[in-house]
Amino acid sequence: MSELATRIEDTFPGACTKVVEWRGDLAVTVKPESLRDVARFLRDDPALRFDYIVHVSSVDWPDDEDRFEVVYEVYSIRTRQRIRLKTRVPESDCIVDSLTEIWKGADFMEREVYDMMGIRFRNHPDLRRILMPDEYDEGYPLRKDFPLRGKGWRDTFEFLDEPTR
Amino acid sequence: MAQFEDQRTTVYKVDPEHPESETLPTLRTEELLLNMGPQHPSTHGVLKVILELEGERLVKSTPVMGFLHRGVEKLAEEGTYHQFIPHTDRLDYVCAMYNNFAYCRAVEKLMNITVPDRAEYLRTIVAEIQRIIGHQFWLGTQALDIGAMTVFFYCFRDREILLDWFDELCGARLTTSWYRIGGVERDFTPSLFAKLKQFLDYFPPKIDEYVIFLEKNRIWLARTKGVAVISAEDALSFGLSGPTLRGSGVDFDLRKYEPYSAYPKCEFSVPVGKNGDTYDRYWIRVQELYESVKIIRQCLEQIQDGPIMADVPSVTLPPKERVFTNLESMIQQFKLFSQGFNAPPGEIYCGTEAHKGELGFYIVSTGGGKPYRLKIRAPSFIHMGAFDHMSKGYMISDAVTIFGTYDIVMGECDR
Repeated sequence: MSELATRIEDTFPGACTKVVEWRGDLAVTVKPESLRDVARFLRDDPALRFDYIVHVSSVDWPDDEDRFEVVYEVYSIRTRQRIRLKTRVPESDCIVDSLTEIWKGADFMEREVYDMMGIRFRNHPDLRRILMPDEYDEGYPLRKDFPLRGKGWRDTFEFLDEPTR
Repeated sequence: MAQFEDQRTTVYKVDPEHPESETLPTLRTEELLLNMGPQHPSTHGVLKVILELEGERLVKSTPVMGFLHRGVEKLAEEGTYHQFIPHTDRLDYVCAMYNNFAYCRAVEKLMNITVPDRAEYLRTIVAEIQRIIGHQFWLGTQALDIGAMTVFFYCFRDREILLDWFDELCGARLTTSWYRIGGVERDFTPSLFAKLKQFLDYFPPKIDEYVIFLEKNRIWLARTKGVAVISAEDALSFGLSGPTLRGSGVDFDLRKYEPYSAYPKCEFSVPVGKNGDTYDRYWIRVQELYESVKIIRQCLEQIQDGPIMADVPSVTLPPKERVFTNLESMIQQFKLFSQGFNAPPGEIYCGTEAHKGELGFYIVSTGGGKPYRLKIRAPSFIHMGAFDHMSKGYMISDAVTIFGTYDIVMGECDR
């Protein structure tokens, strides 16, 4: 296991649930309650200094108990390394601590995650939809149970060779 | 009606502490909300920004995005890896080649494919040409937005030469789809090599020509120097990348620090700014034009004969002429497009230094022929996140400069 993952585990015993290193990418899954502390440690520790936020993303695993996965990828300009910080939340309580105060860029990226996957962020300054219209209420497009062709007004079209629905 | 009356009373309120002012009503002041866009020529597409103004100063700006949202990430989950390449053209439609490149690199990292040498050089050459086109486009439109019109014509004149070159290479000027997973679609013809060499001799004096129009232009200097300043720390925290980050003095270029393709074999420098203002970002982009020419020259010198596609039949496409003449190749092509190749379960992130910044693809695979989740790290989108921070306190006309300084393209921003 990489030095960095060991470092995180030593500093936050019991916080890491999974460490994967594949194709040179290090991904560390932490418990949602310790996400903010780990992120702060990654940014502030003088030996690490992960000061550049790369992206915030989310993955939907409908069959798992903890359905949603929130992914933060950060980079350290000084040590030139990347780490992927992940956390899992169940659908019934899909809320994660916002990291906006740690990396300012997380603001828009978390809004996108909220918009696309419906994961909410605690203490986010302005959690609104960003790409979809504000009044859009037909769900969250990137969830796996959302059909590719969308739902809603498109299904209400009348076609000539079909009986009216 | 009641509201109207109420407003009237506040407007013509007599100041009780100064009864002598009875004849001079105290005027009500309030912040003005102004919608800029979505149909505004300088927003480079359909972007709306709600500006809160105090006089002519920007107090707060709220970007409203998503007018061009096409659900590309959702579409990616429904097609095979090969089928997604044309979708990447439509992200940043000004620089399609770089999007193809970034995507193909990500899939190659997922599949652990090594691209043959010649293909790497071809890729680097075309990527750098695309960078030149991107910067020319940026310089022309940015100068046009700020009020210097002539540069636009000069930039577009030279951009046209390269677009025609692309046309000869792959049959399209903008939506190119020339990169393939594991290599490139076709080799350069001798005519393309000759035209490129001719262009490399023609182009550097032309960069000086663009600079002449701007370097001593008082309007250009007044409107770029000290406008949209961002500190290095903030720029990193906002996730800015590319020239926008380097303008603040952070030496961060993925071509140097996570070298890929033929870049490690070329010598080039990464220009870095000092002040973090629009002028420094302009200066960096102009210097990068010279660096790109240098990289292409070195690639042309070093390039050797060899295959242009990795030899991994389970993943890479067969050459087109074999598809039409050979049964096995046709079956291979058919299977790769209808079922896709079997990707190993896992997840990767691969960032590429496009001319706007770090363009990355985060791919989650659960095995099978389709990506389970594909996330595009679009620099334009992330740069817009810093818009409010960078525009605070500047004049309303500077909003246009700040859009331009990011080099945003809404196709990529909204995906």
